[in-house]
Amino acid sequence: MDIFITPFAANGFMMQALIAGILVSIACAIAGTFVILRGLAFIGDAMAHGVLPGIALAVLFGFSGIIGAAIGAVFMIGGITLITERSRLSSDTAIGLLFIGMLSLGVVIVSRSTSFSGDLTRILFGEILGISRSAIWLQLGATIIVAATAFMCARPFLLLSFDPEQAEVAGFSVRLFHNIMLFMIAAVVIVSFQTVGTLLVFGLLIAPAGAGALLARRIQAMMAWAALFGILSMYIGLLISYHFNLAAGASIILVAVSIFFIVFVIQNLRKNNLSENIGGRHGRGI
Amino acid sequence: MAEASKAPATCGPDTHDIYLRAKGLKIGYRNEVVVQDISFDLIKGEAIALIGTNGSGKSTLLKTIVGLLAPIGGDLSVFGTPPGNNHRRMAYLGQFHNSGFVLPIRAVDVVRMGRYPLHGLWQPMGRGDEEIVVRAMRTMGIEGLADASLRSLSGGQQQRVYLAQVLAHQADLLILDEPTTGLDAGGRELYLNAINDELCRGASVIMATHDIQEEAAICHQVMLLAHRVVAIGEPDKVLTPEALLETFGVVIAGENRIHVLECKHGHDDHERKELNRKNNP
Repeated sequence: MDIFITPFAANGFMMQALIAGILVSIACAIAGTFVILRGLAFIGDAMAHGVLPGIALAVLFGFSGIIGAAIGAVFMIGGITLITERSRLSSDTAIGLLFIGMLSLGVVIVSRSTSFSGDLTRILFGEILGISRSAIWLQLGATIIVAATAFMCARPFLLLSFDPEQAEVAGFSVRLFHNIMLFMIAAVVIVSFQTVGTLLVFGLLIAPAGAGALLARRIQAMMAWAALFGILSMYIGLLISYHFNLAAGASIILVAVSIFFIVFVIQNLRKNNLSENIGGRHGRGI
Repeated sequence: MAEASKAPATCGPDTHDIYLRAKGLKIGYRNEVVVQDISFDLIKGEAIALIGTNGSGKSTLLKTIVGLLAPIGGDLSVFGTPPGNNHRRMAYLGQFHNSGFVLPIRAVDVVRMGRYPLHGLWQPMGRGDEEIVVRAMRTMGIEGLADASLRSLSGGQQQRVYLAQVLAHQADLLILDEPTTGLDAGGRELYLNAINDELCRGASVIMATHDIQEEAAICHQVMLLAHRVVAIGEPDKVLTPEALLETFGVVIAGENRIHVLECKHGHDDHERKELNRKNNP
């Protein structure tokens, strides 16, 4: 049992990492569920990378990375909204270029810094093992805000996921609630980048919620599964990184992605068995 | 009940209450006009069917009425106000195109969404709402599927769930875009009975349909669309071989029946439609 508990019990930094990880997992589970239901994976990805220049500026000029990320996110939301409304055919192309442009801009800005590669690695992959107490408080606040937003907007968010036209006709402004959803995703990205980094936060947003989508019959259940898988990934990832001296952020995401594919394969096997049984009943074997 | 579905609703429309009024209405997308000069009234308790080929402007008209598209020209009033202001009084069933991914959601949760327009963001739903939801599911014969997940259902079952959602709203105006898509014979009969009940309740219905024989027959008015209004009026008067020919392309008149061969734009496949003609062989 020691190898499962001692790393956290004996090391303050491991315990703090786990607490931060759990909070991030819950926020990502809630936001990630809607990212998947609304098919916003690409926009979520763009958002996660688009905040880089803001953080880079923060590193260069020595202000809070959170504020830098927030600036980057506001810029990205503005850009994405503009592109989605103006271009009818190729919004994915334009958004893709926007996020690659932002990523490059971020790297260019960081390259002015004296400790270039160290800063860049920290931004891209996070530093969960060096998380501060104040960062944990901030994450707690953000997680509560994200949960409250999802709770208060439950009806329009559900209608939006079901059919945006239906939401509009029911009296919920698609534009307003879509933007609220984007800000919710941005908030998660902003407070999560310290934990797993801008490159990997997307994995935490998508993988646990994706696995949840495969299992759940209800959206609440999907969120619960997502939170469970996220927390499990945090715990297992931290443990692996501790015992084998591996990069923590990447280990966590690797576990999360593995869980997704394990669930994916199991679900597919079960489905195949099911259809074989049905085929057999109707006398339509091979 | 089965008999009732064959004839127009026995409870008459109320001519004093105009729910929908179009005058010289021009509809379309942005600057592309699809149909112009549409004029009609829909009064309380009345049903109107829109008939025409794919792309003839049926869906465009329905989307304009619910406020998803702005009218390009002319006048349109819904309950005496411009469209898009009457969420509580209108229920809309669009054409769904579930491409692959279906929400992890139970059938009953979908039907419950039909009550959202009445309760807004936060107002809680009560026992009365639950009873209405259960009743709507029973009307569409899916009370046994309440806990089933939407994606485990067949296309026809899903359509029944969507129809139950519309019924659960208990709206004054039902706007239905090809509501019987995918329904089997049983489902269609339940649907026709449900519409009859809605009309008796005093609701009005506007539906786009390809079914001249049954669905259009329960309506008080029929509008034939082919990028313009070919004809509008009572079913018996409007559904003439000449008008159908103009709307669909090919019509073969038989002894007591009319067969309509529907030419889809740009395709060779012909869809056969039949029409009972009692008065005019």
